[in-house]
Amino acid sequence: MKLLQLLPIGNVDDGLLKDLRPAVEETFRVSCKVLPVRLDPEFAFHGERQQYHSSEILLRMQSFLTDDSWRILGVAAVDLYIPILTFVFGEAQMGGPCAVVSVHRLRQELYGLPPDQKLFRQRALKEAVHELGHTVNLTHCDDYRCAMAPSHAVEWIDLKESTLCSSCRAVATPMTQASSVRIF
Amino acid sequence: MSTLGKLLIVDDELSVRDSLGKWFREEGYDVTTLENANDALTQLATQRWDVALVDIKMHGTDGIELQRRMHEIDPELLVIIMTGYASVETAVAALKNGAYDYVTKPLDPDEISHLVKNALAHKRTTQENVLLRETVAEVARPGDIVGQSGPMRKVFEAIETVGPTDATVLVTGESGTGKELVARAIHQASPRKFHPLVAIHCGALTETLLESELFGHEKGAFTGAQFRKKGKFEIAEGGTIFLDEIGDISLKTQTDLLRVLQEREITRVGGNQTIKVDFRCIAATNKDLEKLIEEGKFRPDLFYRLNVFRIEIPPLRDRKEDIPVLVNHFVQKFSLAMNKRITRVAPAAMNQLQEQPWLGNVRELENAVERAMVVGQEPELKEQDFIFKPQAAANGASKTLEDMERAHILRVVEQCGGNQSHAAEILDIDRVTLYHKLKKYGWTRTPVETH
Repeated sequence: MKLLQLLPIGNVDDGLLKDLRPAVEETFRVSCKVLPVRLDPEFAFHGERQQYHSSEILLRMQSFLTDDSWRILGVAAVDLYIPILTFVFGEAQMGGPCAVVSVHRLRQELYGLPPDQKLFRQRALKEAVHELGHTVNLTHCDDYRCAMAPSHAVEWIDLKESTLCSSCRAVATPMTQASSVRIF
Repeated sequence: MSTLGKLLIVDDELSVRDSLGKWFREEGYDVTTLENANDALTQLATQRWDVALVDIKMHGTDGIELQRRMHEIDPELLVIIMTGYASVETAVAALKNGAYDYVTKPLDPDEISHLVKNALAHKRTTQENVLLRETVAEVARPGDIVGQSGPMRKVFEAIETVGPTDATVLVTGESGTGKELVARAIHQASPRKFHPLVAIHCGALTETLLESELFGHEKGAFTGAQFRKKGKFEIAEGGTIFLDEIGDISLKTQTDLLRVLQEREITRVGGNQTIKVDFRCIAATNKDLEKLIEEGKFRPDLFYRLNVFRIEIPPLRDRKEDIPVLVNHFVQKFSLAMNKRITRVAPAAMNQLQEQPWLGNVRELENAVERAMVVGQEPELKEQDFIFKPQAAANGASKTLEDMERAHILRVVEQCGGNQSHAAEILDIDRVTLYHKLKKYGWTRTPVETH
């Protein structure tokens, strides 16, 4: 039976991963497990940009795939980028097994605002669902409330919900059912 | 699967092509990535994209040159130039050359997402605008050219034939036959219809003023020329210039005009710089230009330039069968404008209208109907609402007895409000004879309105 696996990347808070687990299980209706290992992202660090190359991290994540893996979602504390863009909240392999999200830009403190732990975790969950959505071939959704709505700034993330709209769910569900995933 | 739009990314860096292509695909776009300008130009010959993201710095043909050449193939393609900070000035130059916008690398995700969305919205709005203009042009086609007679059908056919071409047209016809309407119809039927039709009535202006109107003038070209002014040829750029009353222009202006028609360039009065102009020329006259040539008043070379395709509009007296159609058209037009419920013209009045010489042609007829609509009462215009010229009666001298009888009987019957007994009394004939004559002359009782 296959599992959705959460991979901590860098100095990410364990409590956040524990919070994410039941929420993504609920959305994708697959069993989820936090991997007992941690990926050090230094290999993907760009000195000039002071950021980490998400595509390189995704490639490295492939080595964590096992027979048990349905999908692996890396959760990074560091700021991610791809060369052409100033930053990314996350990156996923369309229809592939790996996705990564960064929680670096999801904190209110980054924008000069007081910390808000609840909001931070909500944002993290929405981005986690969003990137996992890409791994089940979902593209961006026109419904601004759907987790698959595009969001290139936190304001947009706050507008959407952590769940998939009915159209996206209709695409995602057969993908989980087709895989021999452990459905709880 | 439907996509948000078709994007082309041209960049010689593999990492940019891959990452940007993947990012936009996730956004829901149909993305093509190409390595260089040559590939882009080759594929553009057979494919169309909505938006192209082009790197400014590439081996071989750079982004600016690629943008220019892509626009030659597909003028509707929106090009966004991607540039490093160092080449912003060059990117601005690209904007001046017609690029939609530019972005600096690395791209801000929110900014590039909005930019591409806005570009697509802009393109769709432009396309909708063109469609709407075409629809409006279709609905509001010059509808005032009315006629179903043989000569007019030939005019319509000629408009359809020459309209879509770029040929110079000479429209001839008496005053008031609708030469300008024909010119407008030709313009509307041409690919230049979204550009202006600029009309100039050459006969109304003095030689100096006409030259200034046609070719424009520089500041200080003559007393009172305080500012530089563009001429009609410049204003008609991309469209059509309509030179009405071409037979009235001086020989000097004819020479200047000939040069413009030949060279497609003008020099403003008081200036020495030539300006390229793109226009289609339609000229019109009520004069006999061949006769003017014989008299040495019109340049034959200019005549041949103008007389590439000729449309002759017949005078109204040569197409009398069009008069009822025209009259009904004008009644409908003025009843709407004057908010009067006059919907028809009494047969006797129509008969009289058909007998008039109409030396002022359709314009005169229109004025006559307008006047009658002012004084006339609902629901129909009667003979007394029109002012018929005395020569109409004089013309009677050349009419047959039957024509005269028909006109007289119908007039009397109308005056009697259709009461045949009363009319027979006045005409001093019995009712049966009147009945047979009315039947012969095609008279039908005017329908009575019921409420």
